[in-house]
Amino acid sequence: MNSSYAERRTLDAVSEPVPQVISDILRYEEEAQRILTICNSCRYCEGFCAVFPAMTRRLDFVKEDVHYLANLCHNCGACLHSCQYAAPHEFDVNVPRTLAQVRAKTYTEYAWPKAFGRLYDRNGLTVSLAIAVGLALFLILAMGLAGPLLHAPLAGNFYAIFPHNLLALMFGVVFLYALAALGIGASRFWRTTTQNDRGAGSNFGAAAEAASNVLTLKYLDGGHGEGCNESGTRYTLRRRRFHHMTFYGFMLCFAATCVGTLYHYALDWHAPYPLLSLPVVLGTLGGIGLVAGPVGLLWLNIQRHPEHGDPTQHAMDRGFIVLLLLISLTGLALLGLRDTRWMAILLAIHLGFVMAFFLTMPYGKFAHGFYRGAALLKNAMEKRMPNNLNLGSD
Amino acid sequence: MIDVLVIGGGNAALCAALSAREAGASVMLLEASPKAWRGGNSQHTRNLRCMHDQPQDVLVDAYPEEEYWQDLFKVTGGITNEHLARLVIRQSSSCRPWMRKHGVRFQNSLSGTLHLARTNAFFMGGGKALVNAYYNSAEALGVEVRYDSPASAIERDGSKFVAAILENGDRIAARSCVLAAGGFESNREWLDEAWGENENGERPALEFLIRGTQFNRGVLLRHMIDTGADSIGDPTQSHMVAIDARAPLYDGGICTRIDCVPLGIVVNREGRRFYDEGEDFWPKRYAIWGRLVAQQRGQISWSIIDQEAIGRFMPPVFPGMKADTIEELATKLGLPAMQVKQTIDEFNAACVPAGFDHTVLDGCHTNGLNPPKSHWASSINQAPFYGFPLKPGVTFTYLGLKTDDTAAVRFNDRPSPNLFVAGEMMAGNILGKGYTGGIGMAIGTAFGRIAGRNAAHYTAGRQQKAA
Repeated sequence: MNSSYAERRTLDAVSEPVPQVISDILRYEEEAQRILTICNSCRYCEGFCAVFPAMTRRLDFVKEDVHYLANLCHNCGACLHSCQYAAPHEFDVNVPRTLAQVRAKTYTEYAWPKAFGRLYDRNGLTVSLAIAVGLALFLILAMGLAGPLLHAPLAGNFYAIFPHNLLALMFGVVFLYALAALGIGASRFWRTTTQNDRGAGSNFGAAAEAASNVLTLKYLDGGHGEGCNESGTRYTLRRRRFHHMTFYGFMLCFAATCVGTLYHYALDWHAPYPLLSLPVVLGTLGGIGLVAGPVGLLWLNIQRHPEHGDPTQHAMDRGFIVLLLLISLTGLALLGLRDTRWMAILLAIHLGFVMAFFLTMPYGKFAHGFYRGAALLKNAMEKRMPNNLNLGSD
Repeated sequence: MIDVLVIGGGNAALCAALSAREAGASVMLLEASPKAWRGGNSQHTRNLRCMHDQPQDVLVDAYPEEEYWQDLFKVTGGITNEHLARLVIRQSSSCRPWMRKHGVRFQNSLSGTLHLARTNAFFMGGGKALVNAYYNSAEALGVEVRYDSPASAIERDGSKFVAAILENGDRIAARSCVLAAGGFESNREWLDEAWGENENGERPALEFLIRGTQFNRGVLLRHMIDTGADSIGDPTQSHMVAIDARAPLYDGGICTRIDCVPLGIVVNREGRRFYDEGEDFWPKRYAIWGRLVAQQRGQISWSIIDQEAIGRFMPPVFPGMKADTIEELATKLGLPAMQVKQTIDEFNAACVPAGFDHTVLDGCHTNGLNPPKSHWASSINQAPFYGFPLKPGVTFTYLGLKTDDTAAVRFNDRPSPNLFVAGEMMAGNILGKGYTGGIGMAIGTAFGRIAGRNAAHYTAGRQQKAA
């Protein structure tokens, strides 16, 4: 499995013409290998994040290393602005861009089912189509089940439009599918990138460290705690903070759903819940986070330095952010207007966006959390293993 | 009219500009390069050699003034100025809070630099991150920065600075001026003039690579010396190391290092060894090897190692030439195969088997070989074999302007009232020869701050001070 790039290139040359997506990933992996070799002989960026110390445990970078490091990179941009070998230098080193290119291709490569991996390639279209399907589904369903979309106020009783069990079934099935697809993808990634790791003992500490790195977004702090680069050479914590709002907003909304489900089935207490009930309070706070966070992230994404990341991924990144925003905005609007005649149409639209989100979870930006989480766990475990290299010292 | 004009755009110039601005002066900084290449050789630096009496954040143990001074005395062979050297050493113990204030961040010593964790404070992200931080701070404080603005001459009234003339003909007058425009290492014509022709009829300097910026052409340095400023140092003296011959002509920086030299042998174009590869650890010897390679025909040599060395030195940026036999490797490298084979056979026969350990001075030496190899002498017999070409790489030149503890430029041994110098342009006052890691940044930071502050004090009618 540790075949060299040259060997694999030779194999490709004698095989059938390779699909475009495969040749892209090879090209990006080779560029990453070239750049990582330069970085490994420089090492000035070690303090910024986990990628560079992980690099120094290796002498050369096979495909599995490149996939791992690509997903360990948070695209903070610090190493690009600090790089003595960045363009206009002839070495033209751009770690965040190169690793972003590989990263997107790993999502495609490890996706389950494999054929659906292609949905990452034109992700703006994927998300748009999912939204169209979700909206059409619920608008038509609403009309079929409840008649006209404008109706007399129903005191916020969503289930007058869509029966509870129908919603539970639809979302339950899609959500479980999404989790399974993401889980299979991430575990394929895990198996591939850790196949040569040996000697890992008890990993409770590693798991705790990885969880902490995920929950605090440790590697958006720049290593000095002042954050990462956005539009230029100054450090800022904005991305970390907006991402926190988004992530924790999402988790609060998820918690609201879980509590609602518990109330429904365990306590036989059915929606609509009062404004100060736990599900509504959690959902409202989460919704606010999911408005402020994505608005901030979108603004940062638009004014990001043009050399950061992979411009071809703007559609995926921004599509995902906008979808989250549409969910939270329609969700809050639904809460505010649930006692009016607009409830049915708002509910259908909101559920349409949520369905689009669920459908694209395994084939869009959402996946980054799973792959990055796996990479951070591998990193935490790897750090606890002895370094086999003994290179001497200055 | 602005108060202080700073000519240069690297660490020393930025320290001068920031210090002058902090002292209340209006400041303009002229960087010869475009913005993308700003910072001169400081872009390629990574640490500052720091005196400290107890552990400090990223620095372990202590590195007292006396030890620092002894280290400097040793590497310069005593060709230094103790007063100025001790000034730099003491400043290095107190300048880091000021650096932090202007946005510089420090990190633990890098992997592979264990021995420097006590003596050198590493910049997080390296020198370019430091340069970025200083430019950001300068912008925030209202320093006017002009890129693409190389200066070619200084207009004076006696020893007093009046104005700078730019290469595009612009004249910029100021009340005082700091010169911090670097050495002349990227002026290959001047290097050639200094090195001349060798006994083989070659012009060695034409083969040198420049490890740093292409913008240190020494135009102002030459102008100042030609117009009567007191100078110090020898134009052939520079920090010159053996680097990978495939490095770019300029800005190859740190990653072009070839650290496998002590693990194998080095042959010249004739396929013969010419110096003890195992005299000491590589970081203590790479500067000597710069000159040794410069003395070989074609100013080139090849480090040859076998499989046993792989994984025992910092990974090189360019892959080595690889072959399964010595003859094949020599042929691939364009070397006389028979002679290389003979050299290696003789070397292998002279190796005394002992406990090879690349992390210590292991005493594995050759017997009856000339030149000997004193450590890490282990037979080169495990295929595949690798070859790396070596060339001299110039880091910076030592010829500079003579100065004193006020950083003043001097004419006929008397200080100018309002013209100051910092960085590589005066490092030769302290480094007559030799080098030790992080000393260049220590000199640039100390004298940059002194020069900037004194330039500002002159404009405010105040007294010049040493520190």
